[in-house]
Amino acid sequence: MDESVPALIRIHPRDNVLVLTRTARAGETVRFEGRAITLEAELPLGHKLAAEPIAQGEKVLKYGLPIGTATEDIPFGGHVHVHNLKSDYLPTFTHEAGHRFAEES
Amino acid sequence: MEPFQAYPRGDGSKGIRNVVAVAYVIECARHVAQKIVGRFDEREVHLFGWSGCYPNEHGAQIMERLCTHPNVGAVLLVSLGCEGFNRHVLKERIAASGRPVELLVIQQAGGTAATIQQGAAIVEELRERIASLPRVPMEMGELIVGTICGGSDATSGITANPAMGTAFDLLIADGGIGIFEETGELIGCEHIMRERAANPQLGAELVKAVQKARRFYETLGHGSFAPGNAEGGLTTQEEKSLGAYAKSGDSPIVGILKPGVRPERNGLYLMDMIPDGEVRFGFPNINDTAEIVELIACGAHLILFSTGRGSVVGSVIAPVIKVCANPETYERMAGDMDVNAGRILRGESTVQDVGREIYGLMHRVASEEPSCSEALGHQEAVILYKTFEALGPACFPA
Repeated sequence: MDESVPALIRIHPRDNVLVLTRTARAGETVRFEGRAITLEAELPLGHKLAAEPIAQGEKVLKYGLPIGTATEDIPFGGHVHVHNLKSDYLPTFTHEAGHRFAEES
Repeated sequence: MEPFQAYPRGDGSKGIRNVVAVAYVIECARHVAQKIVGRFDEREVHLFGWSGCYPNEHGAQIMERLCTHPNVGAVLLVSLGCEGFNRHVLKERIAASGRPVELLVIQQAGGTAATIQQGAAIVEELRERIASLPRVPMEMGELIVGTICGGSDATSGITANPAMGTAFDLLIADGGIGIFEETGELIGCEHIMRERAANPQLGAELVKAVQKARRFYETLGHGSFAPGNAEGGLTTQEEKSLGAYAKSGDSPIVGILKPGVRPERNGLYLMDMIPDGEVRFGFPNINDTAEIVELIACGAHLILFSTGRGSVVGSVIAPVIKVCANPETYERMAGDMDVNAGRILRGESTVQDVGREIYGLMHRVASEEPSCSEALGHQEAVILYKTFEALGPACFPA
């Protein structure tokens, strides 16, 4: 693995998640802005790690925009995925009876 | 950026290419039209047409918009003779746009061989007529550019799409017009999109457009909006949609277009390509080419196309600039790719730098440098049966 290539990028300055630019092995240490993150499990390109501690109930921002809400406290470097991030959209999207597009008249 | 040389049209528009279009108005005339086109340089003479025999108002409008596109200098229409398409109205409207236009009806011209011979002579004459057109300066701010993604993967939303969004912001800052589309891939970010609308009425229309897409695809049983797709690290529907939405950049949204409607004021538009009314005629976006042709019918001079897996398509009439999101795909298919946005993943470049590179390339392609797909001779085209209602005033805020 070429260690000179950054393994993580922050897409938008407002983002509180980082995106893996390549597959990272279990036990591998990747760095972002000098801080080390050691991965517990192998994660492929495109997966997200917390850029800062994210509290339960806080919005997760990618592309500078909310992609959902954290369902538990996530530490710096923690894997952010279906186990701790919930869509703000899908509950209303999937239940036709309660479905309402915001402020639709 | 410096102005470039463009082709002035009788209707006041300016083109970045000077194409003779050979347009068939029924599939039965396609072979003859194709044989005529085959006798000429593929960059100068382009082929497209309407396949069906049953008339369709939308199809007729798209044909008219393509035949009177700024990049088209002259048109030869090829008809079998008994089809439902109204070739006379189309010919009149092309003539009214100031373009030379000729019509050949195969049943009257003496069949296949005779029509090919006559058609080739006509195209030769049309080429000569438009070759001597004086050129005029054109600014980047006079361009209309469409954006699309196809063959996407996990990298598309990270590299190519945001870089194209940056290029769009540069275009709009210079006074140009940008058009993004595919409301079906905006499901989940309509509330974010609404906040970028020029006013609340337009915002409500943007939300309605995405809601219409959801209904349409649900009826057709389309599977791409199924929740829980965690491939490539995507967690939520809005995350997936935002990756596609990133193509639109950060500029305010000033209006909604339907395919074939030309924007009048500058700024960023959403093209709503989902038909109105009850679901009929099948999928509204059967392939990337159908979407590209609809953007071109809105007047797009050129198209920005992001791909992760590696699409190769180009288009008739308007050059397609291919922005490759995935560095591994770029290495395999470099000959098809104009921009390697995958460099962002390798830390060799930033989204902003690649966006500026795309904008610079748009200028060069507008100045007649061929894009990769153009140089390779790609000229895909398809026009679908659809039904649209007229746009209301809320879609064009003052």
